[in-house]
Amino acid sequence: MPQPTIDVRDLRKHYPKTADGVGLNGIDLDVESGTVHALLGPNGAGKTTAIRILTTLLRADSGTARVAGYDVRTQGRAVRRHIGLVGQAAAVDEVLTGRQNLLMLGRLNHLTHAAERAAELLDRFGLAEAADRKVATYSGGMRRRLDLAAALVVDPAVLFVDEPTTGLDPQARRDVWSAVQGLVAGGTTVLLTTQYLEEADALADQVTMLAGGRVAAAGTPDELKARVGGDWLEITPADPADLPQLRDIAARIGNPVDRDGVVAVPVTDRTRSLVAVSAALADTGIEPLDLTVRRPTLDEAFLQLTGPATDSATYSYTAPEATR
Amino acid sequence: MTTFTVDRTPSRPQESMLGDAWTVTRRQFWHWRAQPGGFAVGLLFPVLITLMFGALFGGAIAGPGGDYYSFLMPGIFVMAMLFGLETTMTGVNTDAARGVTDRFRSLPIHPAAVVLGRCLADLIYTALGLIVLMAAGLALGWRWQDGVAGALAAVALLLALRFALLWVGIFIGLVATGPETVAAVQILVWPISMFSNIFVDPSTMPGVLGAIASWNPLSATATATRELFGNPTWASATWVNEHAVPLAVAWPLLITAVFAPLAVRAYRRLGG
Repeated sequence: MPQPTIDVRDLRKHYPKTADGVGLNGIDLDVESGTVHALLGPNGAGKTTAIRILTTLLRADSGTARVAGYDVRTQGRAVRRHIGLVGQAAAVDEVLTGRQNLLMLGRLNHLTHAAERAAELLDRFGLAEAADRKVATYSGGMRRRLDLAAALVVDPAVLFVDEPTTGLDPQARRDVWSAVQGLVAGGTTVLLTTQYLEEADALADQVTMLAGGRVAAAGTPDELKARVGGDWLEITPADPADLPQLRDIAARIGNPVDRDGVVAVPVTDRTRSLVAVSAALADTGIEPLDLTVRRPTLDEAFLQLTGPATDSATYSYTAPEATR
Repeated sequence: MTTFTVDRTPSRPQESMLGDAWTVTRRQFWHWRAQPGGFAVGLLFPVLITLMFGALFGGAIAGPGGDYYSFLMPGIFVMAMLFGLETTMTGVNTDAARGVTDRFRSLPIHPAAVVLGRCLADLIYTALGLIVLMAAGLALGWRWQDGVAGALAAVALLLALRFALLWVGIFIGLVATGPETVAAVQILVWPISMFSNIFVDPSTMPGVLGAIASWNPLSATATATRELFGNPTWASATWVNEHAVPLAVAWPLLITAVFAPLAVRAYRRLGG
């Protein structure tokens, strides 16, 4: 059996100084060579902590983690020789030009042809024209692409990408996506983190959902989507006093949740649910402000896969069927 | 019979460590070229301070003898070493905040290479600044009176102080949580330079303050360089004044011994 490129067992990290102190509460992870694996979760789920431990920037409290066959705790230097890191902030030097950034990293990686490599990467990421301009003049998408190029100066076996498209416009996001897809075609193993379900869907072969420092669910995007279920029907009351009654109506077609004064209920059959709720509303005579059916958001996916949470900020319950 | 063994390893660890440090140093050269304005202001700021103090106090306050600039210049040299700390601290803090430091740390290079590269670049910048400042001093009438050897020894002591303060700058830059800390240090360098013998004789200051001022590491370097340049010094025959040169060697060594390990530790454990 081939050893996974990233092999994580019961990894734990506790931050004594922060409010909840949660970093990682014991996560397991297997990433096969040549695949894209997404760590999906909201802020504070432990995604960045996991990336920082796996890239040797941070030491775990306990548990084991091997990257490219090397232990991140005891063989840090060897791990660093096989990885590339694209951190959350575009870690490029704004004062330098794009070319200088790549040239510097090529030299630090002891390439004999650093200049050629820089030119090649600038070309590949569509930055050839802006190569000799200061990075400070780059758009967010261009910076992110340069950041990716910077992590690829030495063709790493494993690339870590922390929230590659947060804060990017849709076009820039698609550019970054195609860059990541191009890498995988070249055989690189990629572990990326994201807050966006659609991003995990577009890029990843396997998805691990993190919540509160734990693995909430894991599987292929299709498996997870099947578990998340379909659309959500939302009723926004015109008068908050109607909320209990609206909840009762929604309860006839599913398990409603109350979110900021909006009643939301997962539905499998859009038309039938809409008709049923409309009819019930007409019977009671309540005229809601809004009645819509829409696609699930990541928040809802979490509520579905991690169970009902009392507070939207804590996803502490792990559904038994969701763990492996 | 002779056998040849071909060493195919690209470079030895030490060699590549210094090479990596040099790459990081060259990055600063690129910075200077990209920001000529900031580069020039950094070099000229101490000259501005010289003119300010020379014009403001030169008429009102007499030094311990001779031309006021003869007395003032070594003090300004020392002050410039302290102000250099801000350059180091700001640069280190910006890199850490932007994630550039994390990128360096994720590379298969010796952790000391990045810090060493920064040190070298900052020392080169300091040396350039000192040349500009000394040239300005010469134009204003300051001279070294005790020969070239003494002058070079004085410059060496100044650079030793700057080297020690580098580690303080790197350490604060790494542990600083944001621009507030950096701003606080930028303000604090003023009282630190004032509570010394750079401008005023500590023996004229009230008790505790005078003691702090005479034991201020900056005072040791100021007195020592004044002696070595053959410029006038405060006359008070205190123990610290009479041992200024050894103290100007000891203080930087002590500061380095404390802050270099702290800085390297902070670099290794950055972010948790």
